[in-house]
Amino acid sequence: MSDSTAIAHGGHAAPDNTHAGGHEHPAYLRHHFENVEQQADAAGFAMWLFLLTEVMFFGGLFTAYLIYRNWYYPAFVEASHQLNIFWGTLNTAVLITSSFTMAMGVWCAETRKQRGLVLCLVLTFILGLGFLGIKTVEYKEKIEKHHVPGFHYSLSSFTDPVSDPEIYKEYHDKPLALDMARHTEVYFSLYFAMTGMHALHMIIGIAILGFMIFRARAGAYTSGHVTFVENFGLYWHFVDIVWIFLFPLLYLISRHQ
Amino acid sequence: MTDQKEMEEAAHHVVSPVIYIIVGSTLLVLTGATVWASYQEWGNFNAVAALAIAVVKAMIVVLFFMHVKYSSKLTKLTVFCGLFTFLALVGMTLADYFTRAWGRW
Amino acid sequence: MSATIVSLPDQSTARIPKMNFITKENGLLSWLLTGDHKRIAVLYIISLTFFFFIGGALAGLIRLELLTPQTDLMAADTYNKVFTMHGVIMVFFFLVPSVPATLGNFLIPLMLGAKDLALPKINLLSWYLYVAGGALAIYTMASGGVDTGWTFTTPLSTHYVNTNVLTTGLAVFIAGFSSIFTGLNFIVTIHKMRCPGMTWFRMPLFVWAHYAASILMVLGTPVVAIAIVLVALERTIGIGVFDPTKGGDPLLFQHLFWFYSHPAVYIMILPGMGVISETISTFSRKRVFGYTAVAFSSVAIAVFGFFVWAHHMFIMGISNYAVLVFSLLTMLVAVPSAIKIFNWTFTLYKGSITFETPMLYTFGFMGLFTIGGLTGVFLGTSGTDIHLTETYFIVAHFHFVMVGGMLMAFLAGIHFWWPKITGRMYPEKISQLAAVVTFIGFNFTFFPQFILGTLGMPRRYAAYPPEFQVLNVFSTAGASILGVGYLLPILYLTWSLKYGEIAGNNPWQATGLEWQTQSPPLTENFAVTPIMDHEAYDYEWLEKQREKEVASVG
Repeated sequence: MSDSTAIAHGGHAAPDNTHAGGHEHPAYLRHHFENVEQQADAAGFAMWLFLLTEVMFFGGLFTAYLIYRNWYYPAFVEASHQLNIFWGTLNTAVLITSSFTMAMGVWCAETRKQRGLVLCLVLTFILGLGFLGIKTVEYKEKIEKHHVPGFHYSLSSFTDPVSDPEIYKEYHDKPLALDMARHTEVYFSLYFAMTGMHALHMIIGIAILGFMIFRARAGAYTSGHVTFVENFGLYWHFVDIVWIFLFPLLYLISRHQ
Repeated sequence: MTDQKEMEEAAHHVVSPVIYIIVGSTLLVLTGATVWASYQEWGNFNAVAALAIAVVKAMIVVLFFMHVKYSSKLTKLTVFCGLFTFLALVGMTLADYFTRAWGRW
Repeated sequence: MSATIVSLPDQSTARIPKMNFITKENGLLSWLLTGDHKRIAVLYIISLTFFFFIGGALAGLIRLELLTPQTDLMAADTYNKVFTMHGVIMVFFFLVPSVPATLGNFLIPLMLGAKDLALPKINLLSWYLYVAGGALAIYTMASGGVDTGWTFTTPLSTHYVNTNVLTTGLAVFIAGFSSIFTGLNFIVTIHKMRCPGMTWFRMPLFVWAHYAASILMVLGTPVVAIAIVLVALERTIGIGVFDPTKGGDPLLFQHLFWFYSHPAVYIMILPGMGVISETISTFSRKRVFGYTAVAFSSVAIAVFGFFVWAHHMFIMGISNYAVLVFSLLTMLVAVPSAIKIFNWTFTLYKGSITFETPMLYTFGFMGLFTIGGLTGVFLGTSGTDIHLTETYFIVAHFHFVMVGGMLMAFLAGIHFWWPKITGRMYPEKISQLAAVVTFIGFNFTFFPQFILGTLGMPRRYAAYPPEFQVLNVFSTAGASILGVGYLLPILYLTWSLKYGEIAGNNPWQATGLEWQTQSPPLTENFAVTPIMDHEAYDYEWLEKQREKEVASVG
């Protein structure tokens, strides 16, 4: 904890805090900071602290998930078979690729490659939309099969797996007793709560990406001031990390016969 | 002044795209691995394997995509604190649930 | 030895400095759209006072009802709503933001030699979120209230009441983000914006206390946010996560709720402890004893505070193992608080003590917080907690630490820094009277409640067995005295804005960078970035400064 801020030698005008005309600093330096390094440093640190709050926010959901998975394992296994592993894996690949394109975008901003940056941001944007598109397909399937808690939730796939031939031919699940079958609703509650919260964060991220593409085309991030892109990158990677855990926990509980 | 230098390095260190390509590919490979692992019959170890792979993936995203490997001590400490508090929440809550005796007699 | 350390400029010639943060710009918008941490602090002072009086009025209603053993003043359902809103408003809209959002916002950049907090716009956003959450809470009260208790215990809050749980939950959710952003801002500022020479161990202990509280705000608040989201989903869609009939566990809510709400009590008290460190040093003219121990104990309280939450759940159905572990850890968390009390006491020893109003409140804090803290040990011990929990013993315990402790510290701080914020002194005699009245009123109100609790009177009940009436009457009488004690400051502080004596830079002869600049401060805080070349609470340095000043004025 010894990062003092004795930064009087920032290569800018000598500390003249009355700032009487002729100050030689970039327009984006806010006046309560001594220099751009301090500003960028503070902004990055602030973003990390915000991500900590997000970790704790999702943490509550993960806690709930781990408890109920432990209590109702058979229900969780059979309920997870209802999730399509192809879409889940594809979505994971899409999100990982979007993280890659985002990291490349930050690199382009740092090396002042404006066209590269715009391309990377656009790719990230499209991949993000792709993720949400696939999620929509998955959600639609859940709705059609009445696996949405609170909306005519149907137990028939679990009390009588044979009645659900697509899933049955893959996993040959045993029928669950009625009380254990009811607990599949807890699984789906957590599925929708966790993926829904994740999707909400994706939507917000994609909206900000749209704004960033617009600004990047105007050259805002390729003239030395990369803070916004860097910090958004941190946010985007965090959303990726949440999915990295959601995918095995929700989709891959146990796929063997 | 070393902290100042550290701060400037963290601000100026540009991670090479080669690293990103390696990390990105590793992530995709590990995704495949975790899917494959879920089809194996390892009993309780399935969950361990899935979490372990997820942790490794998260680590390389944090270290390389999020530049933590090249960041200041403060950033690393911050990440650690977040992780620690998360584990305290999950661990101590689960400790209550795992030690309840309901249904065992 | 003089009876006061107050040193004011010559009143016949003194003036409030023409250029200060208040006069810099005019007009309502310049206040509502400001980025200046000092203006935001003033906005918070006004809105906080408003919510305090609403919470206080609700407390008055509670005490009125409890004058008689029957539910005669209001129906039991209404009483439930009254104590719930009292709790919600006092916890989330008064105690949590009290010192940090007002004094913390105002002072931290000044104490660090910075021009502002790291993120001024986020600071303003914090205030708007606070006001929005508060407005929603008021709306809830007006539209039928909520009656679950401020703890929203499930399954009552999810399945058995049809009152405004959702709107209250939303209000708390929004206020939570206000708190998160304030804490985030403080942490970044303290790490990244200290002036040259301001090392960690030269910072005032007030800053250390806020640093520790901010860590709790950032890491703890999101968990109660998700708990509220889950309650909302449970109430609207019936997802079953807290519903036993669907396999859910109501205790899960309590785990998530108390994971925040226990650190929340440290969020509430730590900034108050920071104030006490400052006042006790100034009014003993002595460096705080064991600076390092006090600094580290703040952080220790924050860390340990994360590991004890289930001591609020001893009787709720957690495992015996969990009871054991959390009880043991609770014993640990008392230690850093005790360390502070010892250190403050040693600061007094051989100090030159004077009894201005902030010091009166400080002494009140020391005594009442100690009693409150000691009774916490009875509650942390699971064996005794089984008998004392959900009784008035708990009510007395937390009112001793929060009202006898935190609120007194808040008032100490407001009086101590009033001259810095406004440029004017408050009237000393009447404020000392108010402090004494508050202390007397407080003890009459809450001490009988310890006895009531041990005798078995349950909390949150509008009716009680008649043998408890005498003590309840005592308590209500005390509450009316307490009300006077809290009303007086509003009156004389407002009066002082126009008629108070001009304070000058440093009426208390205090160390600390905030006292080395004008009162009220400039918008940019310092004309020249200060360089910190002395230790905290360095009264010799202060003497040398005064000698230099006298010599140069000549």
